[in-house]
Amino acid sequence: MTAPTTNRTARTSAPTRTRTPHLSPRLTAATAARVLRQLRHDHRTIAMMLVLPSLLLGLLYLLWKDLPTFPGQPGIFDRVGLTMLGILPFVVMFLVTSIAMLRERTSGTLERLLTTPLARLDLLLGYGAAFGLAAAVQALVTVTIATTVYDLDVKGSIWLVVLIAVVDAVLGVALGLLASAFARTEFQAVQFMPVVVLPQVFLCGLLVPVDQMAGWLQAISNVLPLTYAVEALQEVGSSAAATGTMWLDVGVVAGAALLALALAAATLRRRTN
Amino acid sequence: MDSAVTVTDLVVDRGHRRVLQGLNFAVGARSVTGLLGPSGSGKTTLMRAIVGVQQVRSGEVTVLGEPAGSPDLRYRVGYVTQSPSVYGDLSVRDNVRYFAALYGMSSREADAAISDVGLTDAADQVVNDLSGGQRGRASLACALVGSPEVLVLDEPTVGLDPVLRVELWGRFHALADAGTTLIVSSHVMDEAGRCDRLLLLRDGELLADSTPAQLRTDGRSDDLEEAFLNVVRAREGMAA
Repeated sequence: MTAPTTNRTARTSAPTRTRTPHLSPRLTAATAARVLRQLRHDHRTIAMMLVLPSLLLGLLYLLWKDLPTFPGQPGIFDRVGLTMLGILPFVVMFLVTSIAMLRERTSGTLERLLTTPLARLDLLLGYGAAFGLAAAVQALVTVTIATTVYDLDVKGSIWLVVLIAVVDAVLGVALGLLASAFARTEFQAVQFMPVVVLPQVFLCGLLVPVDQMAGWLQAISNVLPLTYAVEALQEVGSSAAATGTMWLDVGVVAGAALLALALAAATLRRRTN
Repeated sequence: MDSAVTVTDLVVDRGHRRVLQGLNFAVGARSVTGLLGPSGSGKTTLMRAIVGVQQVRSGEVTVLGEPAGSPDLRYRVGYVTQSPSVYGDLSVRDNVRYFAALYGMSSREADAAISDVGLTDAADQVVNDLSGGQRGRASLACALVGSPEVLVLDEPTVGLDPVLRVELWGRFHALADAGTTLIVSSHVMDEAGRCDRLLLLRDGELLADSTPAQLRTDGRSDDLEEAFLNVVRAREGMAA
Protein backbone atom coordinates (compact mmCIF):
# COMPACT_ATOMS: atom_id res chain seq x y z
CA MET A 1 0.00 0.00 0.00
CA THR A 2 1.44 3.35 -0.98
CA ALA A 3 0.70 6.92 -0.02
CA PRO A 4 -2.67 8.05 -1.31
CA THR A 5 -2.60 9.97 -4.55
CA THR A 6 -4.28 13.06 -3.25
CA ASN A 7 -4.91 14.74 -6.59
CA ARG A 8 -7.25 11.86 -7.50
CA THR A 9 -9.30 11.90 -4.37
CA ALA A 10 -9.45 15.62 -3.65
CA ARG A 11 -12.97 16.96 -4.11
CA THR A 12 -11.67 20.37 -5.14
CA SER A 13 -9.97 19.26 -8.36
CA ALA A 14 -12.05 19.59 -11.51
CA PRO A 15 -13.63 16.26 -12.41
CA THR A 16 -11.93 14.69 -15.43
CA ARG A 17 -14.72 12.18 -16.02
CA THR A 18 -17.00 12.17 -19.01
CA ARG A 19 -20.63 11.67 -18.09
CA THR A 20 -22.72 9.52 -20.38
CA PRO A 21 -26.44 9.61 -21.16
CA HIS A 22 -28.74 6.60 -20.79
CA LEU A 23 -27.21 4.76 -23.71
CA SER A 24 -23.60 5.26 -24.65
CA PRO A 25 -21.68 3.74 -27.59
CA ARG A 26 -18.52 4.30 -25.53
CA LEU A 27 -19.73 2.14 -22.64
CA THR A 28 -21.14 -0.47 -25.03
CA ALA A 29 -17.72 -0.65 -26.73
CA ALA A 30 -15.90 -0.84 -23.38
CA THR A 31 -18.17 -3.73 -22.35
CA ALA A 32 -17.73 -5.54 -25.68
CA ALA A 33 -13.94 -5.16 -25.36
CA ARG A 34 -14.08 -6.56 -21.82
CA VAL A 35 -16.12 -9.59 -22.91
CA LEU A 36 -13.71 -10.26 -25.79
CA ARG A 37 -10.75 -9.94 -23.42
CA GLN A 38 -12.32 -12.57 -21.17
CA LEU A 39 -12.82 -14.79 -24.20
CA ARG A 40 -9.17 -14.33 -25.23
CA HIS A 41 -8.04 -15.84 -21.93
CA ASP A 42 -10.08 -18.98 -22.66
CA HIS A 43 -8.11 -20.65 -25.47
CA ARG A 44 -10.11 -23.85 -25.47
CA THR A 45 -13.40 -22.05 -25.98
CA ILE A 46 -11.91 -20.07 -28.87
CA ALA A 47 -10.60 -23.26 -30.49
CA MET A 48 -13.96 -24.98 -30.11
CA MET A 49 -15.84 -21.97 -31.40
CA LEU A 50 -13.73 -21.83 -34.55
CA VAL A 51 -13.31 -25.53 -35.33
CA LEU A 52 -16.39 -27.31 -34.00
CA PRO A 53 -18.97 -26.12 -36.58
CA SER A 54 -16.62 -27.13 -39.43
CA LEU A 55 -16.13 -30.59 -37.92
CA LEU A 56 -19.87 -31.12 -37.41
CA LEU A 57 -20.51 -29.99 -40.98
CA GLY A 58 -17.84 -32.46 -42.12
CA LEU A 59 -19.72 -35.26 -40.36
CA LEU A 60 -22.91 -34.35 -42.27
CA TYR A 61 -20.92 -34.17 -45.51
CA LEU A 62 -19.58 -37.71 -45.01
CA LEU A 63 -23.05 -38.93 -44.01
CA TRP A 64 -24.65 -38.01 -47.35
CA LYS A 65 -21.56 -38.03 -49.63
CA ASP A 66 -22.22 -41.41 -51.27
CA LEU A 67 -26.03 -41.29 -51.34
CA PRO A 68 -27.63 -40.77 -54.75
CA THR A 69 -29.40 -37.45 -55.40
CA PHE A 70 -32.54 -36.90 -57.51
CA PRO A 71 -31.70 -35.29 -60.84
CA GLY A 72 -32.56 -31.60 -61.01
CA GLN A 73 -32.74 -31.27 -57.22
CA PRO A 74 -30.04 -29.98 -54.88
CA GLY A 75 -28.18 -32.66 -52.91
CA ILE A 76 -29.28 -33.24 -49.33
CA PHE A 77 -25.99 -31.90 -47.98
CA ASP A 78 -26.31 -28.72 -50.03
CA ARG A 79 -29.68 -28.06 -48.36
CA VAL A 80 -28.94 -29.27 -44.82
CA GLY A 81 -25.35 -28.01 -44.72
CA LEU A 82 -26.40 -24.53 -45.76
CA THR A 83 -29.18 -24.48 -43.15
CA MET A 84 -26.70 -25.65 -40.51
CA LEU A 85 -24.53 -22.58 -41.25
CA GLY A 86 -27.37 -20.61 -39.71
CA ILE A 87 -28.42 -23.01 -36.96
CA LEU A 88 -24.98 -23.80 -35.48
CA PRO A 89 -23.95 -20.21 -34.61
CA PHE A 90 -27.44 -19.64 -33.19
CA VAL A 91 -27.19 -22.66 -30.87
CA VAL A 92 -23.56 -22.06 -29.85
CA MET A 93 -24.05 -18.37 -29.09
CA PHE A 94 -27.26 -19.03 -27.16
CA LEU A 95 -25.41 -21.43 -24.86
CA VAL A 96 -22.24 -19.35 -24.49
CA THR A 97 -24.22 -16.21 -23.67
CA SER A 98 -26.58 -17.73 -21.15
CA ILE A 99 -23.63 -19.23 -19.27
CA ALA A 100 -21.62 -15.97 -19.47
CA MET A 101 -24.54 -13.94 -18.14
CA LEU A 102 -25.21 -16.42 -15.37
CA ARG A 103 -21.55 -16.18 -14.35
CA GLU A 104 -21.92 -12.41 -14.30
CA ARG A 105 -24.90 -12.86 -11.98
CA THR A 106 -23.40 -15.41 -9.57
CA SER A 107 -20.00 -13.69 -9.30
CA GLY A 108 -21.64 -10.49 -8.07
CA THR A 109 -20.25 -8.46 -10.97
CA LEU A 110 -23.75 -7.95 -12.40
CA GLU A 111 -24.98 -6.38 -9.16
CA ARG A 112 -21.87 -4.22 -9.12
CA LEU A 113 -22.35 -3.13 -12.74
CA LEU A 114 -25.91 -2.10 -11.89
CA THR A 115 -24.53 0.36 -9.30
CA THR A 116 -22.33 2.01 -11.97
CA PRO A 117 -23.39 4.46 -14.72
CA LEU A 118 -23.56 1.57 -17.21
CA ALA A 119 -27.07 1.42 -18.76
CA ARG A 120 -28.66 -2.02 -18.82
CA LEU A 121 -28.99 -1.90 -22.60
CA ASP A 122 -25.28 -0.92 -22.87
CA LEU A 123 -24.38 -4.11 -21.07
CA LEU A 124 -26.58 -6.29 -23.29
CA LEU A 125 -25.53 -4.56 -26.52
CA GLY A 126 -21.91 -5.01 -25.41
CA TYR A 127 -22.45 -8.74 -25.11
CA GLY A 128 -24.25 -8.76 -28.48
CA ALA A 129 -21.40 -6.90 -30.19
CA ALA A 130 -18.66 -9.07 -28.65
CA PHE A 131 -20.24 -12.42 -29.43
CA GLY A 132 -21.47 -11.13 -32.81
CA LEU A 133 -17.84 -10.39 -33.68
CA ALA A 134 -16.78 -13.84 -32.51
CA ALA A 135 -19.60 -15.29 -34.62
CA ALA A 136 -18.34 -13.40 -37.69
CA VAL A 137 -14.92 -15.06 -37.39
CA GLN A 138 -16.60 -18.41 -36.76
CA ALA A 139 -18.85 -18.01 -39.82
CA LEU A 140 -15.92 -17.01 -42.06
CA VAL A 141 -14.00 -20.15 -41.09
CA THR A 142 -17.04 -22.44 -41.42
CA VAL A 143 -18.25 -21.03 -44.75
CA THR A 144 -14.75 -21.18 -46.23
CA ILE A 145 -14.27 -24.82 -45.17
CA ALA A 146 -17.80 -25.76 -46.29
CA THR A 147 -17.48 -24.32 -49.78
CA THR A 148 -13.92 -25.54 -50.44
CA VAL A 149 -13.43 -28.82 -48.58
CA TYR A 150 -17.03 -30.07 -48.57
CA ASP A 151 -18.02 -28.62 -51.99
CA LEU A 152 -21.12 -26.96 -50.53
CA ASP A 153 -22.96 -25.43 -53.49
CA VAL A 154 -24.01 -21.84 -52.86
CA LYS A 155 -25.34 -19.87 -55.85
CA GLY A 156 -25.24 -16.49 -54.12
CA SER A 157 -22.37 -14.62 -52.44
CA ILE A 158 -20.75 -16.37 -49.49
CA TRP A 159 -20.52 -12.95 -47.81
CA LEU A 160 -24.29 -12.99 -47.59
CA VAL A 161 -24.06 -16.40 -45.90
CA VAL A 162 -21.60 -14.91 -43.40
CA LEU A 163 -23.92 -11.95 -42.82
CA ILE A 164 -26.91 -14.20 -42.15
CA ALA A 165 -24.81 -16.40 -39.83
CA VAL A 166 -23.77 -13.31 -37.82
CA VAL A 167 -27.34 -11.98 -37.55
CA ASP A 168 -28.37 -15.48 -36.46
CA ALA A 169 -25.61 -15.56 -33.85
CA VAL A 170 -26.73 -12.18 -32.51
CA LEU A 171 -30.26 -13.61 -32.27
CA GLY A 172 -28.81 -16.49 -30.24
CA VAL A 173 -27.00 -13.99 -27.98
CA ALA A 174 -30.14 -11.92 -27.48
CA LEU A 175 -32.32 -14.93 -26.63
CA GLY A 176 -29.55 -16.28 -24.38
CA LEU A 177 -29.46 -12.99 -22.46
CA LEU A 178 -33.25 -13.00 -22.16
CA ALA A 179 -33.36 -16.65 -21.03
CA SER A 180 -30.62 -16.10 -18.44
CA ALA A 181 -32.88 -13.60 -16.69
CA PHE A 182 -35.15 -16.52 -15.81
CA ALA A 183 -32.38 -18.92 -14.76
CA ARG A 184 -31.18 -18.93 -11.17
CA THR A 185 -28.79 -21.88 -11.48
CA GLU A 186 -26.49 -23.37 -14.10
CA PHE A 187 -28.79 -26.40 -14.38
CA GLN A 188 -31.72 -24.18 -15.28
CA ALA A 189 -29.67 -22.14 -17.76
CA VAL A 190 -28.55 -25.24 -19.66
CA GLN A 191 -32.10 -26.56 -19.84
CA PHE A 192 -33.33 -23.40 -21.52
CA MET A 193 -31.39 -24.59 -24.56
CA PRO A 194 -33.86 -27.38 -25.46
CA VAL A 195 -36.80 -25.15 -24.47
CA VAL A 196 -35.86 -22.15 -26.62
CA VAL A 197 -33.65 -23.64 -29.32
CA LEU A 198 -34.96 -27.10 -30.27
CA PRO A 199 -38.57 -26.14 -31.19
CA GLN A 200 -37.12 -23.49 -33.51
CA VAL A 201 -34.81 -26.05 -35.12
CA PHE A 202 -37.66 -28.56 -35.55
CA LEU A 203 -40.01 -26.03 -37.12
CA CYS A 204 -37.58 -23.86 -39.13
CA GLY A 205 -38.04 -25.80 -42.36
CA LEU A 206 -34.98 -28.01 -42.08
CA LEU A 207 -36.79 -31.28 -41.28
CA VAL A 208 -40.01 -30.58 -43.19
CA PRO A 209 -40.52 -27.64 -45.59
CA VAL A 210 -42.73 -25.05 -43.89
CA ASP A 211 -45.44 -25.17 -46.60
CA GLN A 212 -45.89 -28.93 -46.04
CA MET A 213 -46.54 -28.60 -42.28
CA ALA A 214 -50.00 -28.72 -40.69
CA GLY A 215 -51.61 -25.28 -40.65
CA TRP A 216 -51.21 -24.65 -36.93
CA LEU A 217 -47.57 -25.73 -37.05
CA GLN A 218 -47.00 -23.32 -39.94
CA ALA A 219 -48.52 -20.58 -37.79
CA ILE A 220 -46.03 -21.35 -35.00
CA SER A 221 -43.17 -21.65 -37.46
CA ASN A 222 -44.04 -18.24 -38.87
CA VAL A 223 -43.56 -16.49 -35.52
CA LEU A 224 -40.24 -18.19 -34.75
CA PRO A 225 -37.29 -16.06 -35.94
CA LEU A 226 -35.06 -19.00 -36.93
CA THR A 227 -37.54 -19.85 -39.73
CA TYR A 228 -36.67 -16.55 -41.43
CA ALA A 229 -32.94 -17.15 -41.06
CA VAL A 230 -33.30 -20.53 -42.76
CA GLU A 231 -35.42 -19.05 -45.55
CA ALA A 232 -32.79 -16.34 -46.09
CA LEU A 233 -30.06 -18.98 -46.39
CA GLN A 234 -32.13 -20.99 -48.85
CA GLU A 235 -32.57 -17.84 -50.95
CA VAL A 236 -28.80 -17.27 -51.05
CA GLY A 237 -28.32 -20.96 -51.86
CA SER A 238 -30.64 -20.92 -54.87
CA SER A 239 -30.19 -17.53 -56.54
CA ALA A 240 -27.05 -15.71 -57.61
CA ALA A 241 -28.28 -12.22 -56.78
CA ALA A 242 -29.56 -11.11 -53.36
CA THR A 243 -33.35 -11.29 -53.37
CA GLY A 244 -35.87 -8.99 -51.71
CA THR A 245 -37.21 -11.95 -49.71
CA MET A 246 -33.73 -12.55 -48.34
CA TRP A 247 -33.31 -8.95 -47.15
CA LEU A 248 -36.77 -9.02 -45.62
CA ASP A 249 -35.87 -12.25 -43.78
CA VAL A 250 -32.60 -10.74 -42.52
CA GLY A 251 -34.56 -7.72 -41.32
CA VAL A 252 -37.03 -9.91 -39.43
CA VAL A 253 -34.22 -11.84 -37.68
CA ALA A 254 -32.38 -8.62 -36.77
CA GLY A 255 -35.65 -7.11 -35.50
CA ALA A 256 -36.35 -10.18 -33.38
CA ALA A 257 -32.82 -9.94 -31.92
CA LEU A 258 -33.31 -6.26 -31.02
CA LEU A 259 -36.70 -7.04 -29.49
CA ALA A 260 -35.20 -9.83 -27.38
CA LEU A 261 -32.41 -7.46 -26.24
CA ALA A 262 -34.95 -4.82 -25.24
CA LEU A 263 -37.00 -7.43 -23.35
CA ALA A 264 -33.83 -8.69 -21.65
CA ALA A 265 -33.02 -5.12 -20.57
CA ALA A 266 -36.55 -4.70 -19.24
CA THR A 267 -36.36 -7.93 -17.21
CA LEU A 268 -32.98 -7.00 -15.73
CA ARG A 269 -33.88 -5.39 -12.43
CA ARG A 270 -31.54 -3.02 -10.68
CA ARG A 271 -33.27 -3.63 -7.37
CA THR A 272 -33.55 -7.23 -6.22
CA ASN A 273 -34.44 -8.90 -3.00
CA MET B 1 -24.21 17.40 11.46
CA ASP B 2 -23.49 17.55 7.74
CA SER B 3 -24.90 14.19 6.66
CA ALA B 4 -24.16 12.26 3.48
CA VAL B 5 -26.66 9.45 4.03
CA THR B 6 -30.01 9.70 5.80
CA VAL B 7 -32.12 6.64 6.54
CA THR B 8 -35.73 7.12 7.67
CA ASP B 9 -38.03 4.34 8.92
CA LEU B 10 -36.34 1.81 6.65
CA VAL B 11 -38.09 -1.57 6.56
CA VAL B 12 -36.83 -4.42 4.38
CA ASP B 13 -38.37 -7.89 4.03
CA ARG B 14 -36.59 -10.80 2.42
CA GLY B 15 -38.96 -13.64 1.77
CA HIS B 16 -41.23 -13.81 4.80
CA ARG B 17 -38.56 -12.52 7.13
CA ARG B 18 -38.26 -8.90 8.23
CA VAL B 19 -34.55 -8.13 7.87
CA LEU B 20 -34.53 -4.42 8.77
CA GLN B 21 -37.17 -3.24 11.20
CA GLY B 22 -37.59 0.49 10.79
CA LEU B 23 -34.10 2.00 10.94
CA ASN B 24 -33.44 5.68 11.51
CA PHE B 25 -29.98 7.23 11.38
CA ALA B 26 -27.74 9.68 9.55
CA VAL B 27 -24.16 9.19 8.40
CA GLY B 28 -21.83 12.17 8.73
CA ALA B 29 -20.04 13.37 5.61
CA ARG B 30 -16.26 13.06 5.25
CA SER B 31 -15.92 10.46 8.01
CA VAL B 32 -15.60 6.72 8.54
CA THR B 33 -18.77 5.15 9.89
CA GLY B 34 -18.56 1.56 11.09
CA LEU B 35 -21.53 -0.72 10.63
CA LEU B 36 -21.07 -3.45 13.22
CA GLY B 37 -23.04 -6.47 14.17
CA PRO B 38 -23.02 -10.23 14.03
CA SER B 39 -23.45 -12.14 10.82
CA GLY B 40 -27.15 -12.10 9.86
CA SER B 41 -27.86 -8.79 11.60
CA GLY B 42 -28.79 -7.07 8.31
CA LYS B 43 -25.55 -5.22 7.52
CA THR B 44 -25.34 -6.29 3.88
CA THR B 45 -29.06 -5.62 3.30
CA LEU B 46 -28.65 -2.13 4.73
CA MET B 47 -25.62 -1.44 2.51
CA ARG B 48 -27.52 -2.69 -0.55
CA ALA B 49 -30.36 -0.32 0.32
CA ILE B 50 -27.88 2.57 0.52
CA VAL B 51 -26.41 1.83 -2.93
CA GLY B 52 -29.95 1.34 -4.28
CA VAL B 53 -29.99 -2.31 -5.35
CA GLN B 54 -32.20 -3.60 -2.52
CA GLN B 55 -35.99 -3.72 -2.80
CA VAL B 56 -37.32 -1.95 0.26
CA ARG B 57 -40.71 -2.45 1.89
CA SER B 58 -41.05 1.10 3.22
CA GLY B 59 -39.04 4.05 4.39
CA GLU B 60 -36.56 6.36 2.72
CA VAL B 61 -32.85 6.31 2.02
CA THR B 62 -31.33 9.60 0.89
CA VAL B 63 -27.74 9.75 -0.34
CA LEU B 64 -26.08 13.13 -1.06
CA GLY B 65 -29.54 14.70 -1.11
CA GLU B 66 -30.99 12.30 -3.67
CA PRO B 67 -33.05 9.08 -3.33
CA ALA B 68 -30.72 6.05 -3.12
CA GLY B 69 -30.12 4.45 -6.49
CA SER B 70 -30.98 7.49 -8.62
CA PRO B 71 -29.01 7.66 -11.89
CA ASP B 72 -26.82 10.61 -10.90
CA LEU B 73 -25.68 8.77 -7.77
CA ARG B 74 -24.17 5.96 -9.85
CA TYR B 75 -21.22 8.28 -10.49
CA ARG B 76 -20.94 9.38 -6.89
CA VAL B 77 -21.41 6.18 -4.87
CA GLY B 78 -18.99 3.26 -4.90
CA TYR B 79 -19.89 -0.20 -3.60
CA VAL B 80 -17.57 -3.08 -2.75
CA THR B 81 -19.38 -6.33 -2.04
CA GLN B 82 -18.25 -8.78 0.62
CA SER B 83 -17.03 -11.43 -1.80
CA PRO B 84 -14.77 -9.82 -4.42
CA SER B 85 -16.90 -8.99 -7.46
CA VAL B 86 -14.29 -8.77 -10.19
CA TYR B 87 -13.74 -10.79 -13.35
CA GLY B 88 -11.58 -13.76 -12.37
CA ASP B 89 -10.44 -14.42 -15.91
CA LEU B 90 -9.10 -10.88 -16.44
CA SER B 91 -5.94 -9.24 -15.10
CA VAL B 92 -6.18 -6.70 -12.28
CA ARG B 93 -5.36 -3.94 -14.76
CA ASP B 94 -8.07 -5.02 -17.25
CA ASN B 95 -10.63 -5.17 -14.43
CA VAL B 96 -9.81 -1.73 -13.06
CA ARG B 97 -9.60 -0.18 -16.55
CA TYR B 98 -13.05 -1.52 -17.40
CA PHE B 99 -14.60 0.03 -14.30
CA ALA B 100 -12.61 3.22 -14.96
CA ALA B 101 -14.24 3.39 -18.40
CA LEU B 102 -17.69 2.94 -16.86
CA TYR B 103 -17.08 5.87 -14.49
CA GLY B 104 -15.67 8.00 -17.33
CA MET B 105 -12.10 7.81 -16.01
CA SER B 106 -8.90 7.21 -17.95
CA SER B 107 -6.37 4.39 -17.71
CA ARG B 108 -4.06 6.75 -15.83
CA GLU B 109 -6.58 6.88 -13.00
CA ALA B 110 -6.91 3.10 -13.19
CA ASP B 111 -3.16 2.71 -12.61
CA ALA B 112 -3.37 5.14 -9.67
CA ALA B 113 -6.19 3.09 -8.09
CA ILE B 114 -4.16 -0.11 -8.49
CA SER B 115 -1.22 1.57 -6.81
CA ASP B 116 -3.49 2.87 -4.02
CA VAL B 117 -4.41 -0.67 -3.02
CA GLY B 118 -0.80 -1.86 -3.37
CA LEU B 119 -1.32 -4.16 -6.34
CA THR B 120 1.03 -2.49 -8.83
CA ASP B 121 3.34 -5.51 -8.85
CA ALA B 122 0.41 -7.87 -9.48
CA ALA B 123 -1.38 -5.61 -11.99
CA ASP B 124 -0.84 -7.94 -14.93
CA GLN B 125 -1.80 -11.11 -13.11
CA VAL B 126 -5.13 -12.77 -13.76
CA VAL B 127 -7.38 -12.28 -10.71
CA ASN B 128 -8.02 -16.03 -10.35
CA ASP B 129 -4.28 -16.49 -9.69
CA LEU B 130 -4.28 -14.02 -6.78
CA SER B 131 -4.73 -14.71 -3.08
CA GLY B 132 -8.09 -13.99 -1.45
CA GLY B 133 -6.79 -10.78 0.13
CA GLN B 134 -5.39 -9.55 -3.17
CA ARG B 135 -8.71 -10.26 -4.90
CA GLY B 136 -10.48 -8.16 -2.29
CA ARG B 137 -8.08 -5.30 -2.92
CA ALA B 138 -8.58 -5.62 -6.70
CA SER B 139 -12.31 -5.32 -6.03
CA LEU B 140 -11.67 -2.24 -3.88
CA ALA B 141 -9.57 -0.64 -6.65
CA CYS B 142 -12.53 -1.04 -9.06
CA ALA B 143 -14.59 1.17 -6.73
CA LEU B 144 -11.79 3.66 -5.87
CA VAL B 145 -11.17 4.34 -9.55
CA GLY B 146 -14.56 6.08 -9.79
CA SER B 147 -13.40 8.54 -7.11
CA PRO B 148 -16.77 8.20 -5.36
CA GLU B 149 -18.02 10.73 -2.80
CA VAL B 150 -19.63 7.92 -0.81
CA LEU B 151 -17.86 4.59 -0.54
CA VAL B 152 -19.76 1.60 0.84
CA LEU B 153 -17.51 -1.30 1.83
CA ASP B 154 -18.89 -4.65 2.97
CA GLU B 155 -16.39 -6.39 5.27
CA PRO B 156 -13.34 -5.21 3.31
CA THR B 157 -10.78 -6.52 5.79
CA VAL B 158 -11.92 -10.15 6.11
CA GLY B 159 -9.04 -12.53 5.56
CA LEU B 160 -6.38 -9.85 5.46
CA ASP B 161 -3.25 -10.12 7.56
CA PRO B 162 -2.99 -7.60 10.45
CA VAL B 163 -0.39 -5.43 8.72
CA LEU B 164 -2.53 -5.03 5.61
CA ARG B 165 -5.58 -4.39 7.75
CA VAL B 166 -3.90 -1.51 9.52
CA GLU B 167 -2.71 -0.11 6.20
CA LEU B 168 -6.21 -0.36 4.73
CA TRP B 169 -7.74 1.46 7.70
CA GLY B 170 -5.10 4.17 7.26
CA ARG B 171 -6.16 4.40 3.64
CA PHE B 172 -9.85 4.74 4.64
CA HIS B 173 -9.05 7.64 6.95
CA ALA B 174 -6.90 9.31 4.28
CA LEU B 175 -9.89 9.10 1.93
CA ALA B 176 -12.19 10.57 4.59
CA ASP B 177 -9.70 13.41 5.17
CA ALA B 178 -9.77 14.08 1.42
CA GLY B 179 -13.57 14.38 1.55
CA THR B 180 -14.96 10.88 1.01
CA THR B 181 -17.74 9.49 3.20
CA LEU B 182 -17.07 5.85 4.08
CA ILE B 183 -19.45 3.24 5.44
CA VAL B 184 -17.53 0.13 6.43
CA SER B 185 -19.12 -3.01 7.80
CA SER B 186 -17.42 -5.52 10.04
CA HIS B 187 -18.38 -8.30 12.38
CA VAL B 188 -15.15 -7.94 14.34
CA MET B 189 -15.52 -5.57 17.26
CA ASP B 190 -11.81 -4.75 17.46
CA GLU B 191 -12.25 -2.81 14.20
CA ALA B 192 -14.93 -0.66 15.79
CA GLY B 193 -12.28 1.41 17.55
CA ARG B 194 -10.94 2.55 14.18
CA CYS B 195 -14.18 4.23 13.13
CA ASP B 196 -15.24 7.82 13.73
CA ARG B 197 -18.80 6.74 14.37
CA LEU B 198 -20.44 3.41 15.08
CA LEU B 199 -23.77 1.92 14.13
CA LEU B 200 -24.47 -1.30 16.03
CA LEU B 201 -26.95 -3.55 14.31
CA ARG B 202 -28.56 -6.65 15.80
CA ASP B 203 -31.50 -8.61 14.35
CA GLY B 204 -32.30 -5.73 12.01
CA GLU B 205 -32.51 -3.17 14.79
CA LEU B 206 -30.16 -0.32 15.57
CA LEU B 207 -28.77 -0.95 19.07
CA ALA B 208 -26.53 2.07 19.16
CA ASP B 209 -25.64 5.11 17.07
CA SER B 210 -22.53 6.22 18.85
CA THR B 211 -18.79 6.85 18.85
CA PRO B 212 -16.19 4.38 20.16
CA ALA B 213 -15.60 6.60 23.22
CA GLN B 214 -19.31 6.92 23.95
CA LEU B 215 -19.83 3.18 23.58
CA ARG B 216 -17.04 2.52 26.10
CA THR B 217 -18.79 4.84 28.56
CA ASP B 218 -22.28 3.45 27.96
CA GLY B 219 -21.08 -0.15 28.10
CA ARG B 220 -18.90 0.51 31.14
CA SER B 221 -15.86 -1.19 29.58
CA ASP B 222 -12.71 -0.20 27.70
CA ASP B 223 -13.07 -3.36 25.66
CA LEU B 224 -15.53 -2.56 22.84
CA GLU B 225 -16.67 -6.17 22.55
CA GLU B 226 -17.59 -6.23 26.23
CA ALA B 227 -19.12 -2.76 26.04
CA PHE B 228 -21.28 -3.97 23.15
CA LEU B 229 -22.39 -7.00 25.18
CA ASN B 230 -23.25 -4.79 28.15
CA VAL B 231 -25.35 -2.52 25.93
CA VAL B 232 -27.19 -5.59 24.55
CA ARG B 233 -27.80 -6.96 28.07
CA ALA B 234 -28.99 -3.60 29.36
CA ARG B 235 -31.53 -3.38 26.53
CA GLU B 236 -32.72 -6.93 27.03
CA GLY B 237 -33.02 -6.24 30.76
CA MET B 238 -35.22 -3.25 29.93
CA ALA B 239 -37.38 -5.30 27.61
CA ALA B 240 -37.87 -8.09 30.14
